[in-house]
Amino acid sequence: MATILLFAPLVGAIICGFFWRAIGEKTGMVLATALLFLSAALSWVLFLTYDGTAETIHILRFIDSGTLVGDWAIRLDRLTTVMLIVVTSVSALVHLYSFGYMAHDDNWTHDEHYRARFFAYLSLFTFAMLMLVTADNLVQIFFGWEGVGLASYLLIGFYWKKQSASAAAMKAFIVNRVGDFGFIIGIMMLYFLTDSIHFDDIFHSAEALSQQSIHFLWTDWNALEVACFFLFIGAMGKSAQLFLHTWLPDAMEGPTPVSALIHAATMVTAGVFLVSRMSPLMKYAEQPRQFIVIIGALTAFFAATVGLVQNDIKRVIAYSTCSQLGYMFVAAGVGVYSVAMFHLLTHAFFKAMLFLGAGSVIHGMHHEQDMRNYGGLRHKLPYTFWAMMIGTLAITGVGIPFTHIGFAGFISKDAIIESAFGGHAYFAFAMLVVAAAMTSFYSWRLIFLTFFGAPRGDHHTHDHAHESPMVMLIPLGLLAIGAVLAGMIWYDPFFGSHESVHVYFGHSIAMLESNHTLHNAHEAPWWVKVSPFIAMLLGFALAYLFYIVNPRLPKQLAENQPIAYRFLLNKWYFDEIYDAVFVKPALAIGRFFWKRGDGNTIDGFLNGLSMGFMPMLNRIYARAQSGYVYHYAFAMVLGIAALVTYVTLSGGAH
Amino acid sequence: MTSLDLSIALPEILLSLWAMVALMAGAYFGKDRLAQALTWATVAVFVLLSILIGVQEPVAQQAFGGLFVADGFARFAKMAILLSGAAVLVMGMDYLERTKMMKFEYPILVSLATVGMMVMVSAQDLITLYMGLELQSLALYVLAAFRRDSVKATEAGLKYFVLGALASGLLLYGASLVYGYAGSTMFADIAGTIHGDHLPVGLLMGLAFMLAGLAFKVSAVPFHMWTPDVYEGSPTPVTAFFATAPKVAAMALLARVTFNAFGHAPGDWGQIVGLLAGLSMIVGAIGALGQANLKRLMAYSSISHMGFALLGVTAGSEAGVKATMLYMAIYLTMSIGVFAFMLTMRRDGRPVQGISDLNMLSKSQPRQALALLVLMFSLAGVPPLIGFWAKYAVLAAAIASGYVVLAVVGVIGSVIGAFYYLRLVYFMYFGTETDPLDDDGVPAQRWMTLAAALITVLGVVNLFGIEGAATMAAQALVH
Repeated sequence: MATILLFAPLVGAIICGFFWRAIGEKTGMVLATALLFLSAALSWVLFLTYDGTAETIHILRFIDSGTLVGDWAIRLDRLTTVMLIVVTSVSALVHLYSFGYMAHDDNWTHDEHYRARFFAYLSLFTFAMLMLVTADNLVQIFFGWEGVGLASYLLIGFYWKKQSASAAAMKAFIVNRVGDFGFIIGIMMLYFLTDSIHFDDIFHSAEALSQQSIHFLWTDWNALEVACFFLFIGAMGKSAQLFLHTWLPDAMEGPTPVSALIHAATMVTAGVFLVSRMSPLMKYAEQPRQFIVIIGALTAFFAATVGLVQNDIKRVIAYSTCSQLGYMFVAAGVGVYSVAMFHLLTHAFFKAMLFLGAGSVIHGMHHEQDMRNYGGLRHKLPYTFWAMMIGTLAITGVGIPFTHIGFAGFISKDAIIESAFGGHAYFAFAMLVVAAAMTSFYSWRLIFLTFFGAPRGDHHTHDHAHESPMVMLIPLGLLAIGAVLAGMIWYDPFFGSHESVHVYFGHSIAMLESNHTLHNAHEAPWWVKVSPFIAMLLGFALAYLFYIVNPRLPKQLAENQPIAYRFLLNKWYFDEIYDAVFVKPALAIGRFFWKRGDGNTIDGFLNGLSMGFMPMLNRIYARAQSGYVYHYAFAMVLGIAALVTYVTLSGGAH
Repeated sequence: MTSLDLSIALPEILLSLWAMVALMAGAYFGKDRLAQALTWATVAVFVLLSILIGVQEPVAQQAFGGLFVADGFARFAKMAILLSGAAVLVMGMDYLERTKMMKFEYPILVSLATVGMMVMVSAQDLITLYMGLELQSLALYVLAAFRRDSVKATEAGLKYFVLGALASGLLLYGASLVYGYAGSTMFADIAGTIHGDHLPVGLLMGLAFMLAGLAFKVSAVPFHMWTPDVYEGSPTPVTAFFATAPKVAAMALLARVTFNAFGHAPGDWGQIVGLLAGLSMIVGAIGALGQANLKRLMAYSSISHMGFALLGVTAGSEAGVKATMLYMAIYLTMSIGVFAFMLTMRRDGRPVQGISDLNMLSKSQPRQALALLVLMFSLAGVPPLIGFWAKYAVLAAAIASGYVVLAVVGVIGSVIGAFYYLRLVYFMYFGTETDPLDDDGVPAQRWMTLAAALITVLGVVNLFGIEGAATMAAQALVH
């Protein structure tokens, strides 16, 4: 079953990608979608019937070289099954949704076939992600990791006619390369230390590793901590954490279903998954975990601030993803991996929903993405409006404090904030609460700007705004169920108590005996528990004030605080700094080697040799070839003289 | 002198007799009217003799008290000489007819030169060596000046003669030194006087002089200066002959002397031959760069190729000799193909030999152009054509014997050389449009070019079995 589940998307991708001409574009798309729904159905069956025993399904021998032995295998445990439902469900719904969204696209002329290609990429993306989450060893996980990178490159750059899309695709790929470099150092370090790439072997020797030290660069480090640190660098790249986050907002250049897939189910969750998968190692790695907490908290805060002022509807949601990923890493960092996975799960539902909803708005508004040109759309797009409302209620964390009743985001986010407090990460706790307020603000801002108030922007567009077709609304409805209920259903196994979590996850995640974070989180003071709720209310109130009561206020504030506004609008100038520090020098070095190195030195050398030196030799030689017989004879005499001198000096028996 | 001796040297004797018979026939009966018939008859004699030699037992048989030997090595060289001679005779006839040079002496001179060559490759004694060499040379001098009314041809013949005399002098001087120090002219006895793996200085001096004389015959640098002038000045059929059979004979003789008489000290002559090889490969390539005349170009090309062939001898091993013999056989094939085409090059009935005359040959004679392209690529040593494997074999042999620097020099020379071969291809396929060449070559020439190109391509599979013969030749030479 797991094998079918895993390969269905690949089969779909291959058939749809290579053979759509034979079977027809529509058939190919339907096939790919059907196979993914099959995959999703099997995932749910697997998830709901899973009894908690870990097993490994061997598929084939992947690498066998000396001690480097790696199988292509499916590692089936709770962590995998959770990821499977997230990935396949969202992906299946995105496939379905794409039928509507990609039906007409102004980026292509009507005689160009792009849909089958799009569906093939989507399926390939899903397959790569499944490879990643089912991996049994480091090489396989890296294979999936890179497969995801490739597919994201193809999808972000799907509108390859747009220069910005191509640039965004390259950016995503290259920024991910930086993270991957760290990841592969981590992999090689673990292989070097344990002589194995299998998770079981590595986890088995985790405790020994934590006592070991390794010489790296200039000094000795704790072997386990440095390996974990590099693994996290890889996770940072894929999950767009601070400093390696710059690709994520630009990835909006891809079609909106892709954004939903990247942000909700695949790609960005890979980093969180990796850290959770590596929990048997991570639990010993005190310092890297502190680093994870700090990076996660900073990312949550930073992305939220930037999200406050963005005008592109997709960008707001993109920064929100970035911010939510920060939350997950904080949870992982304080050692409650189940809580990180919890938020990953709930977030997948409401983030996919928000993106697909945004896509529905964009679709209805004829590919207008600037929120300043929306307004009052709740009557034109009623279903989309309600879907977005549910998504917003979920992401902002609406629920009843001190109970376990609320939208999915309420439960999982509060769990993270309480865990941060419980894990004594007070700095992270503060950051996350502030970020929660800002999350609420920008989410409501999005709703108010889009659906309330007077219509702005192009009059014509507004007149023709229309609700999306059913294929796009059904996925929204299904996701809405998850966004409402997911938190309440899975509260106990993910966040209930140390015991319930252990029963549920078995050995797939590991926590130290001395880790009482979960317990502490439940025992947190009342003001801690209520703080995210209050933050949410504050954000809502402020948004209401700014965009409903007095819509002129934001503009005035921006004019009063030009520096702060521009700082946020330009995303803290990360892109500009990277451009100056990395991109420009790299281009300069590249140009130097191209022009000076390749052009002048190598080409110049060869041209000089073949067009200058050789003809010169030829001319010199041609002068000797004078045609006079005495010159020739002279040459012979000189030759024999030289020869005799040479042999008497160098050879013979003396 | 017994009948056994005579039977061992039977091919040479038969060919000499044929030459004399032909001479008498020409002188007394038909003069030049017989020329064509005599040429065809000579071709037949060459082919028959090569068959006769080919079916002989490949056992080394000494004749005339050890002055002369018929062994696998001689067999290989003689067959190559006779067959290439026959091919050159066939393809040159049309040219000679058209230029009114079809004299009956032509096949006779070629026959006599061939007898000389056959004696050279069978020589086991300094005197035999010299006799064969001079017989060959005298015939070739005359052939070079065959077109007596042409200043250029006469000049070529004279230059060849004067410089050839100088080379003969060097060779003789060397031979006398060797005799003086070794006390014998027999190769076997000379070899017997060498103890250890180094030569006494006297012998070394003699060897150096002898090698200089032989280097002149294979046109190795710095004894090569005559080659371009003589190639250019001589009638093209004669040039074709110069470029083929005598080169094989001289190369075989050089191998004969070095291995049979001085085989104990391969390091000593290896450095001399290696020097000649290295210089030839480079100077041949550089000299050809600026050439606008196809015959001069082929002269430099042959200098460069002789350098590569010498590389195999330099190696001083069985693999080296084998590589050299293979190289010579392959070189013969490619040269015959190219010269067969050059003999057809006419514009408005007049022979031309400029590189620019090849302009856009691909349009006017696409098949010939394609064949020539293949031959040029093979000459340049582009894989997978046999020209590449020939070069590869000698380079591998040289490296196996430790001559790495020399092998590198060879590769550099081959890179430079690729330029001028490919330049011909450029002219043929991308040149400027000019009046096309006459397309009235006789089938014999045309087919020879095509066949050579075909061999160059198909030979890659198993080299038509000559590898085995070359191995036997090398085994016979290197005991």
